[in-house]
Amino acid sequence: MRTLLRRLGFYLLAGFAAVTLNFFLARLLPGSALQNALAKLRGANLDPDAIRALEAQYGTGADHSTLSQYLTYLSGLLHGDLGLSTSQSAPVSSILGDTLPWTLGLVGTATALAFVVGTLAGIVVGWKRNGLLDGLLPAVTFFQSVPYFILAFLVMMTLGYFGGFFPYQNGYDTGRHAHLTPGWNGPFVTSVIEHGTLPALTVVLASLAGWMIGMRNMMITTMDEDYVLVAAAKGLPQWRVAAVAARNAILPTISNFALSISLVVTGSLVTEIVFTYPGVGWQIYQAVLTGDYPLLQGILLVVVFTVLAVNLVADLAYVALDPRARKEA
Amino acid sequence: MRALRSPKVLAGSALLLVLLLLAVVGPLIAPHSADWQADRVSGLPLAPSGRFWLGTDQQQHDLFSRLLSGGRDTLLISFLAGLFACVLSVAVGVTAGFVGGLVDDLLSALANIFLALPGLLILMVIMKPLPPEETSDPLLIGSVIALTAWAWGARVLRAQTLALRAADYVEAARVIGERTWRIILFEVVPNLLPILASAFIFTVIYGIGTYTALAWLGVISPASVTWGTVLNEAQSSGAAVNGYWWWYLPPALAVALVGIALALVNFGIDEVINPRLTSARTGRARGVVFRLGLTPVLKSAAPQGTAPAPVPLKEAQP
Amino acid sequence: MTGEPVLEVRDLCVDYGVGKGGVRAVTDATLTLRRGEVLGLAGESGSGKSTLAYAVTRLLRAPGVITGGEVRFHGPDGVLDLLEADAAALRRIRWDQISVVFQSAMHALNPVARIDAQLTDALRAHRSQLGPAERRERAVELLRLVGIGEERLRSYPHELSGGMRQRVMIAMALALEPRVVIMDEPTTALDVVTQREILDELMQLKDRLGFAIVFITHDLSLLIELADTIAIMYAGRIVELADAQRLFHSPRHPYTLGLLNSFPSLHGERVRMEGIPGAPPALTALPAGCAFHPRCPFALERCAHETPRLTEPAAPDGAPAPDGAPADRSAACWLHTGGEHVPAPLARVLGSTL
Repeated sequence: MRTLLRRLGFYLLAGFAAVTLNFFLARLLPGSALQNALAKLRGANLDPDAIRALEAQYGTGADHSTLSQYLTYLSGLLHGDLGLSTSQSAPVSSILGDTLPWTLGLVGTATALAFVVGTLAGIVVGWKRNGLLDGLLPAVTFFQSVPYFILAFLVMMTLGYFGGFFPYQNGYDTGRHAHLTPGWNGPFVTSVIEHGTLPALTVVLASLAGWMIGMRNMMITTMDEDYVLVAAAKGLPQWRVAAVAARNAILPTISNFALSISLVVTGSLVTEIVFTYPGVGWQIYQAVLTGDYPLLQGILLVVVFTVLAVNLVADLAYVALDPRARKEA
Repeated sequence: MRALRSPKVLAGSALLLVLLLLAVVGPLIAPHSADWQADRVSGLPLAPSGRFWLGTDQQQHDLFSRLLSGGRDTLLISFLAGLFACVLSVAVGVTAGFVGGLVDDLLSALANIFLALPGLLILMVIMKPLPPEETSDPLLIGSVIALTAWAWGARVLRAQTLALRAADYVEAARVIGERTWRIILFEVVPNLLPILASAFIFTVIYGIGTYTALAWLGVISPASVTWGTVLNEAQSSGAAVNGYWWWYLPPALAVALVGIALALVNFGIDEVINPRLTSARTGRARGVVFRLGLTPVLKSAAPQGTAPAPVPLKEAQP
Repeated sequence: MTGEPVLEVRDLCVDYGVGKGGVRAVTDATLTLRRGEVLGLAGESGSGKSTLAYAVTRLLRAPGVITGGEVRFHGPDGVLDLLEADAAALRRIRWDQISVVFQSAMHALNPVARIDAQLTDALRAHRSQLGPAERRERAVELLRLVGIGEERLRSYPHELSGGMRQRVMIAMALALEPRVVIMDEPTTALDVVTQREILDELMQLKDRLGFAIVFITHDLSLLIELADTIAIMYAGRIVELADAQRLFHSPRHPYTLGLLNSFPSLHGERVRMEGIPGAPPALTALPAGCAFHPRCPFALERCAHETPRLTEPAAPDGAPAPDGAPADRSAACWLHTGGEHVPAPLARVLGSTL
């Protein structure tokens, strides 16, 4: 239990650090940069209230001390106030509220799928050891080493544009001939699945190889342990012997999952941009194009917290699966 | 070294060398300068032809030349990022693992925090408002990318350092009275080299992906043309949907090739770190299957070493 | 020797690696294990004793390959050729008839499984007619057998002490009441006191349940107490095979003599310690002829060219052993093939004064 409390404490600390970092991020930038950005916004006929809010948020209006600004910022966060988006004149939190479900659906499904399939494939390849991996090597290496957005491009082109198997733009059919009403109805859901296939495929392809190779390597190392030989010596059926090895090999894989989740999330967001998928990634792109800092920072915070939450879940899973981890002096 | 005998490593290294060579001499052998425009009037990208091997973009730049010259900065920055990240990883990871105690706790917490932060997003937030003069400085970008990439390497190095610290020869050195920094430098670090090489490669892959993505998204505008900027222009001109595949496919493939080359080399290094991972096993070529709990039985006529490959008289069927 | 044979090994050869680059680890190993008997397999590290034991049960890890010989197991259903058996047949007799106790219990117990699961999984595979309650009962029984309380059933391996873990290993090995238990240095990793306790318990269990033991160790002194028959291995060959008393009092092989002389005696006068000069050869660079001849104080000319086979030594005076029974022993040494003068230390007869 003490381990878990320590981990929880760490996550709170990390969250706090992220929040504070976010706060100071804009303020630490070279003054001229921020002024230029704000000047641009002021010139673009923005609501004066919004401009004042922005100045307050970024401390350029010098009427409050940094500390009080910080405290206001913190209390705002606790109330779910992430600031006002400059490009869309809407609260950041509502923008995220609309787009986050799309991203979570895509990333969540794809990552879960990749993890499960990759781990199972890794167990099989590690157990069989007949060099199957050598045959798959070019493909596996390719997917593992290509940046997400490049892979997204290639998938989009081969399967989407040239192949025409799946749609490659937007989250659902928004064309002139489609009359889809968003909601839990058949045509809409089908369209969503269709449009989500290529982005999900990209995420799966990019991350699957990593899980598979990692699990394969762990299986090979674990199979050298004496207790696996004991299982074979007991005359247990082959699959049970493999299960003994796999059950032990999976522990480091869970740690690795937590470590790499931030990369997977980043990659997925970039994938969304390529496919113009209406998720958080697309919002990031817009924010970058228009210089919408509140939106950018809001997204950053949400992503960081999601990653920390996933890490916490992974830690819980690890403790549940490894009895040695429960006994901490 | 054993690593050099693996076909994967050889293929990867060869590919890498070719790409590095191209990156260095590319701008010199390119038929045109990257900024040269065939004509300033037409706004229509030209398909590949005898004149322009990879066609042109909307502003009539020769895309083949752009491809050749685009590699230099990209690779330079990626390798710089890898280098800086390695230095940071070693400094933090080895110190944490070797010194232990409170220092270890603090450094580990620091590394874990950085590990959880999404690098690309932070870089986007940081670099967007910066003026172009600063974002085109390779050293600056390289260091900033390195700041988001060192954490993974530090963690892995710390784990290995912990294991090495308990090793007998390190204890022996300590007992003799060798100074700590000497122990770290001469006993511990040489054994960390394979892992360090692997971490370096991963960081470079991460670096090239991140840097290209930043240019593609328009967060930074490098002074000279890079693969990322070509992609950026392609994206904003809707090249993908308009079918101008020769515009964005070559730089995308170039980035992919660098990644593949590095990953192949890394595979070889992995097998040096853990020789058990080598899939080639003596005997498999001769039809002998090694299964756990089923030692193969090969009865040959002649004593070992003098006979040709033994004929398996009886091999238990699984 | 009394008792019918339960495991017969004839001319077993084991290599590591196939073809070029392969190394012969065990050559022409021949021995017989009888029911209820303790056979000690002694030798230095790298002598091939573990390789031999694991190869016999086909549990040798890659790249080990069996390249010759025969292994016959005498089970309740008849004789099984272990080298010809298929996976299903091997699985049937594994643990049920032949079980293994590994050296390091910390590494041989599954760290993520509870003790009761590890005691009963073999039951589930081999005695499918038993229900969960009966399996649990059996697990409790097994723990009691080795003196561990029932409360430890739900423990994990890392929660037990070293001695306890080893006891659990032994209990685990006896779960199906096998005929043969192979023990690979089962007490080497323990302190002397625990070692003594466990070995005493083990011998009691053996007497009660009647299983045979192949006891692998580098500690010859232990075997002289525990074993009925001892096989001494050197460089992959069995160089001497005899019952424990005869081996101790009247060794025939120079290597055995050297080993015995390496033990200080607690009683008697102080004698100058003699080790065996030199070091065991690497398996990739074995000397020609008898592998021991470079270190042998009694080496003959032919020892450098011809490899001696394991044969019954000709008695020095042609007379049978004093206890009346024919001497069931063998040694691989040219000194004992008749016609050679046998040095006095290698010609002692059991029962005579030393």
